[in-house]
Amino acid sequence: MTLPRSVRAGLLVGAIALALVPLSGDRFWVQFAGKVMVTCIFAVSLDLLVGYAGLVSLAHSAFFGLSAYLLAGLTNQLGLVSPLVTLPLCLAFAALAALLIGWLSLRATGVYFVMVTLAFTQMLYYLFSESPALGGSDGVFISQRPRLAVLGRTVVDLGDRTDAHAAIWVALVLSFLLLRRLVRAPFGRVLTAIRINEPRMRTLGYATRRYKLAAFVLGGALAGLAGYLDATLYGFVNPAQFGWRQSGLVLVTVLLGGKGTLYGPAVGAALLGVLEHFAQRATEHWSAVVGAAVVAVVLFLPRGVAGLLEGSRG
Amino acid sequence: MTLPLFALQLLNGVEYGLLLFLVASGLTLIFGVLGVLNFAHGSFYMLGAYLAYWIGERTGSLAWALALGVPLLFATGWVVERLAISRLYGRDHLSQLLLTYGMVLLFNELQRALFGNEVHGVATPRPLAFGLPLGELQSWPAYRAFTCVACLLVAAAIRHVLLRTRFGMRVRAGAVNPEMVEALGVDVRRLLSILFSAGTALAALAGILAAPLTTVYPGMGEGVLIVSFVVVVIGGIGSVKGAFFGALLVGLADTLGKVLVPAVSSAMVYAVMAAVLLWRPRGLFGQPAEAR
Repeated sequence: MTLPRSVRAGLLVGAIALALVPLSGDRFWVQFAGKVMVTCIFAVSLDLLVGYAGLVSLAHSAFFGLSAYLLAGLTNQLGLVSPLVTLPLCLAFAALAALLIGWLSLRATGVYFVMVTLAFTQMLYYLFSESPALGGSDGVFISQRPRLAVLGRTVVDLGDRTDAHAAIWVALVLSFLLLRRLVRAPFGRVLTAIRINEPRMRTLGYATRRYKLAAFVLGGALAGLAGYLDATLYGFVNPAQFGWRQSGLVLVTVLLGGKGTLYGPAVGAALLGVLEHFAQRATEHWSAVVGAAVVAVVLFLPRGVAGLLEGSRG
Repeated sequence: MTLPLFALQLLNGVEYGLLLFLVASGLTLIFGVLGVLNFAHGSFYMLGAYLAYWIGERTGSLAWALALGVPLLFATGWVVERLAISRLYGRDHLSQLLLTYGMVLLFNELQRALFGNEVHGVATPRPLAFGLPLGELQSWPAYRAFTCVACLLVAAAIRHVLLRTRFGMRVRAGAVNPEMVEALGVDVRRLLSILFSAGTALAALAGILAAPLTTVYPGMGEGVLIVSFVVVVIGGIGSVKGAFFGALLVGLADTLGKVLVPAVSSAMVYAVMAAVLLWRPRGLFGQPAEAR
């Protein structure tokens, strides 16, 4: 479970480098780093489900989208701007949705589970993209970004690039450390054991479904965190955030990086972001480049990029 | 709604369902026997539709598209299976999902490079461009009836091959226990190649038949792919019979949903799937976990 020193050093350097991006003063790269870090949170939270609990969920984008839309609703309809109010509400909402969808979906297993989660994702997608009251296919602009005022003075303004970047960085580091702590704790061990042999764990007296549901809810809440941050970064939410493409893309990110490692999906998100950016500049057919990279990783790096970093151990 | 109009929608639903069956039957066999979650299946449907447009433009006939396109996609399927898919047998489903997802991106770009981003229409074949009278005012396009008949013939052929031939027997045996089949002297590798290519050809056939009914546009394979997965799961993975009834159910739910409850029509299919799976977690005709 412990990481090779080189990987740990690499992660530390990466985290510091990301924190220093605003010093460059380049608006594009600050935004880009923010986007990459949001995707990291999203991917790392899915890794808890896929890589540890063995739950391949396509509902992850649903919680991302629900949280983002709730933020839009709270800000636009009720005028709530303090993140101390909106963030807990959005996370709780995402967790509640995950509890409901997870409770229903976990009745099925294997590929059937994948498909039930897909069904819920698609239903929400169509609900939001076809109902004018919820913004329809155009999405919704968020009138004001969250900002925190103490005694009338604005302390943190997420409409400001540097503040938003710092907030996302802190959120990423905290999420990563939380998940890392969790997967090493007995809870994480039980999840791993359930993935490997669920009947045996049930025989040993573990309420396996409850463990899986707990992981699903936690992952969903963190996906909600990513959605919240994405909405503050862009000031805009749209139904595409719900669709199966979004869920598929984050799943690909997790697999590309290496599932069951937590840091792998984060590295995968960063690499995919950078690859996409430069391929887009280089050629009109950039998604062919991304496709070829994905195919190459599957054929030659069975354990994803993390497998490459860790060498041929285990 | 009048009775003839309702009958018309019913027929359209059946026709849509039968086309879905062509795509879903290949998907369910490839998953059931090869154990591969094939996201690229929709791409073959799309390539079939584009071939129908391209060959139709040059020859003015859909028959040529059928005669050339289906064997061409069979060959494409063979190459894809040999070069990429066959390397992943025995790996977990997720690697296969990732590989075929990468292939979807490649096929989409191939389509853009070859045919561009425009939406194309394909003309209904002249001999079939008339309507079958239905009641006093309505008529049903003869081409849709032709599609139905063609799909039913293919379905009957699939059933015959699977249940009545030596090849079908091996496929069914391979789905249960490939090692044992191999030990009995069957070239399982070749069996899998044929099966994958046949599935690909079926998807292409559906694409060619559907081209005059829908337009031909980039990304058309993905919508069909997701709905076909829904069909496969409703029917029970690996079950061709399940795919048949699942496809009809989805076709009818989608078509009638658009007429009866237009506000939530798009979500209808998924609601049906969720309901079926909550009632029978392994689909209508799925095997229990221990049997596979």
